[in-house]
Amino acid sequence: MAIAKKAIVWGLFAAGGTVTAFVVPALITLFLLVATGNVPDGLQFDQFHAFASSWLGKACLFIVLFLSVWHAAHRLRVVAHDFGIRKDALIASAVYTVAAIGTVLAAFYLLTIG
Amino acid sequence: MSTRIRDMELEIMRYDPEKDEAPWFQSYTVPCNEDWVILDAINYVKDNLDTTLAFRWSCHMMVCGSCGMMVNGEPSLTCKTFVRDLPDKVRIEPLENFPIERDLVVVLDDVMQKLHQVQPYIMRKDDPPAEDVEYNQTRGQLMKFKQLTMCINCMCCYAACPQYALNKDFIGPAALTLAHRYNLDNRDQGKSDRLNILADHDGVWDCSFVGACSEVCPKHVDPAAAIQQMKVDGAVEFWKQKMGIVGDKS
Amino acid sequence: MSRRPYIRPVSKTTWYMRNKRYKVYVLRELSSFLVAFYTFFTICALAILATDSAEKWDSFLASQQNTGMVVFHAVALLYFLFFQTFPWFKLAPKAMPVQVGENKLPDSFIIIGHYVAWVIVSAFIFWLAGVI
Repeated sequence: MAIAKKAIVWGLFAAGGTVTAFVVPALITLFLLVATGNVPDGLQFDQFHAFASSWLGKACLFIVLFLSVWHAAHRLRVVAHDFGIRKDALIASAVYTVAAIGTVLAAFYLLTIG
Repeated sequence: MSTRIRDMELEIMRYDPEKDEAPWFQSYTVPCNEDWVILDAINYVKDNLDTTLAFRWSCHMMVCGSCGMMVNGEPSLTCKTFVRDLPDKVRIEPLENFPIERDLVVVLDDVMQKLHQVQPYIMRKDDPPAEDVEYNQTRGQLMKFKQLTMCINCMCCYAACPQYALNKDFIGPAALTLAHRYNLDNRDQGKSDRLNILADHDGVWDCSFVGACSEVCPKHVDPAAAIQQMKVDGAVEFWKQKMGIVGDKS
Repeated sequence: MSRRPYIRPVSKTTWYMRNKRYKVYVLRELSSFLVAFYTFFTICALAILATDSAEKWDSFLASQQNTGMVVFHAVALLYFLFFQTFPWFKLAPKAMPVQVGENKLPDSFIIIGHYVAWVIVSAFIFWLAGVI
């Protein structure tokens, strides 16, 4: 008997849940502003490009994206179970693979910028 | 002194293992005193209307934990559920998620085994303890877990838990809460051992924090909180073990 | 007397329809689709930004400006607030109880603390984005 590896993904889920609860409403609001045509100055190319080029900006964006994607992955695994899908091993590999791809893509694009 | 009497229709689930293929509902009209609890109304049925009705109860004062039933779909301690808070028609069923032995009596073997499985006792590394040694506990240390000691094993939490409904291997709210009560006890040194069992598969991770257990708990034990705290402990303990730090309070 | 315990059936696919508490829970869990959507949406935006082309970024912003996206984001924002942010704050003190001295801090303190922190974090993001 030992502590299951679920401890790792649960830790990411919990951290991600906290981060998303705090920042996602503000982020959706920014996207909403963009959609209404009132693009915030910070999302204009020059400013946002400069932000994503700075190491602090890269770090902030990466932490939020990394934790969010693992939070969503783990929760979707639970959702699948709750809707009666019992192939947990398959679901787990699928959602965590997508989360890993998301993590790599986020890191890749952030490192490319600037 | 006048007490208000109200006729209440009790729809009680009946199941006789020797006669019935499946449970069915039988209605009884009970002249209820508004000061009664549902358990009084069920006792009225037993004493005056139908002696064949089987159900469990003992203390009538929220201590013994044996009169848990579904009252209008809600897991309830019937000695704590007042007639005055309910409509004229009330449906009474045995606790959900447990096999029905007969009428309102359920089979509790599974949770009894689980309560035993979580090692709910103080474990010491210096076992047997040296003689004449006292293990002190301050009020602050007691307050860390006192709420968790209020559990009376009525098993309403299991009846409320959809994850237990879907997966009977899940250790479930009351047993995990009992384990956490000992994990939080400063006199105990078995947290690491317990987590190795309870943070394995079918342990705390099968809880998805629906929170229903805490909402129905008649003693406000808050099992959902205890389980989430155990998940945090399990996640921390996992990395401690990976990094070779022996995680034990001394 | 023979024992023949009766086991009531539970639907694996529709169990949450049984009561309001379960329905609210499932709606809460479904917020993960929004998290997944916005994460990959942001990654796509970063991919466009990574081309270092102002024109491509501007056309991306322009492509987002329509009524459909306004409605989508507005609904998503409300859904997210009521089924992720607020429930998360409400449940936070359960997972992370705080004991000050001998007694546990009341849940309401921790919950209010979360709301205060949330306002500060949101204000910081809006300040960073030049909205305020």
